[in-house]
Amino acid sequence: MLDHMPDARAFDALCPMHVAVNAEGRIAHLGPTLAKLLDADAEGRPFLELFELVRPRGAESVADLRAEAGAPLHFKLRDAHRTPVKAVAAPHRGGLIINMSFGISVVEAVGTYSLTSRDFAPTDLTIEMLYLVEAKSAAMEQSRDLNARLQGAKIAAEEQAFTDTLTGLKNRRAMDHIMERYLSTDGRFSLMHVDLDYFKSINDTLGHAAGDHVLQEVARILVDETRREDTVARVGGDEFVLIIHEIERPERLDAIAERIIARLEQPITWNGEICRISGSAGTSRTSQYETPKIEEMLHHADLALYASKRKGRGRHTHFTPELLELDLRQPAGDRGAPHPDLREG
Amino acid sequence: MHGLIFRGLQSFVRDTYGADTWSEVMQEADLGFTCFEAMLTYDDEISRKVLDLATVRLGKAQDDLLEDLGTYLVSHQNTQSLRRLLRFGGVDFLDFLHSLDDLPDRARLAVPDLALPWLELREMEDFSFTLRCGAGLPGYGHVMMGVLRAMADDYGALAFLELDESWEDYDAVRIVLLDEAFTEGRSFELAQEAS
Repeated sequence: MLDHMPDARAFDALCPMHVAVNAEGRIAHLGPTLAKLLDADAEGRPFLELFELVRPRGAESVADLRAEAGAPLHFKLRDAHRTPVKAVAAPHRGGLIINMSFGISVVEAVGTYSLTSRDFAPTDLTIEMLYLVEAKSAAMEQSRDLNARLQGAKIAAEEQAFTDTLTGLKNRRAMDHIMERYLSTDGRFSLMHVDLDYFKSINDTLGHAAGDHVLQEVARILVDETRREDTVARVGGDEFVLIIHEIERPERLDAIAERIIARLEQPITWNGEICRISGSAGTSRTSQYETPKIEEMLHHADLALYASKRKGRGRHTHFTPELLELDLRQPAGDRGAPHPDLREG
Repeated sequence: MHGLIFRGLQSFVRDTYGADTWSEVMQEADLGFTCFEAMLTYDDEISRKVLDLATVRLGKAQDDLLEDLGTYLVSHQNTQSLRRLLRFGGVDFLDFLHSLDDLPDRARLAVPDLALPWLELREMEDFSFTLRCGAGLPGYGHVMMGVLRAMADDYGALAFLELDESWEDYDAVRIVLLDEAFTEGRSFELAQEAS
């Protein structure tokens, strides 16, 4: 076959994936890399029996291919892998020389045909491309690791930002967030503001460690006495807000508040010392408003709580519009704080 | 300095001497974290500090430690991707040696902000070379010596290596290639094994 191609050796070195096709459309010579891809008897067989022309459509013979000289050609190997190859053809001695390359299918092709660096001409950028593909995926792997770790850290940070670290209850931010969500979907709920009574004296006489212990016990009681779908938040030193989901009947709310207060009044021991506290509560309900607003509901629950404190602590009051008049007699901006002469300590 | 470089040292100490040893070094370094991230950048001074602390903790000569690090980077099973990337540099060890001048550019092609100091191979006589390793990375010459030793094994070549001189702006490694095909070496398939 080499008689047809006196310069075959040069072509083999420069274009190891070339094929010489004679005037009859048969394979006269295969470059060494292309020969690796095909059966040993490939030389002499009709070119289009081994290569299926994909584009340009319509070309069906080697004569048609001569008309496409210089244009990009796309073939598929007619083997089990159907590997796509790119090609360019040049007329040569009545036939054609067609040079081929894998294009982007090279990543699979090097595996499929067990190719090595020596199968590509040194000027061919295939090896550099394979290097880049691997280098980029290794770098990407590292980035993915980092992203996964950052994601984990972000979740932990968010969790913390919504949690009161002493009691594990939700914090004020979380409470606002939950109420906003409920209100935006017309959810119904009651807002119960609970303030501990006599707590300050525990901090003063037994120290902060005792105070912290009491707060943790209180948190446990509040969680015990509410349901999963309710929210318990610690919004201040000894202030808590309960978002009681879909319960608005005053009697039921009274029952919940009474149970909580009764449990708060049970003595809590700390290092052999007995701590006694109680709680006052005030509640506002979404059903009391045409368009419930967070700030307004919180303010009204505060007024109700304040009324409980006035009536002698350890009790629960529902917000009613009459309480607003009481509010007018209080200094502005002192929401939630009991009247000075009711303050403990 | 690029996190990948710190990451290299970290994996080397962890895989060779154990995670506890690395934790101790990092506690001693008191940087406020215990783990370097590959894709972040750290202060250059940190590398000196961590390296010195690791040297003390492991009770080895720093030069030897750095050479071991270079060998680790090529030969350990946890760093196979790096070995493969280096093997793309040449079909045989000689070809690989000649590709070293391009190594910093190749690294940058993969990770644009990874700046490795320059490398320059000079052929002194037949099969005898000097590799100049530019300044900028502490112990670069020693690490490269370890890398070259492991790569020679990988290609199956027998080579003699020694640190020739350390100048202000480069370290020089002397390489004498005794036998290019001393052993079969490790095979290198262009196709990546499915992971």
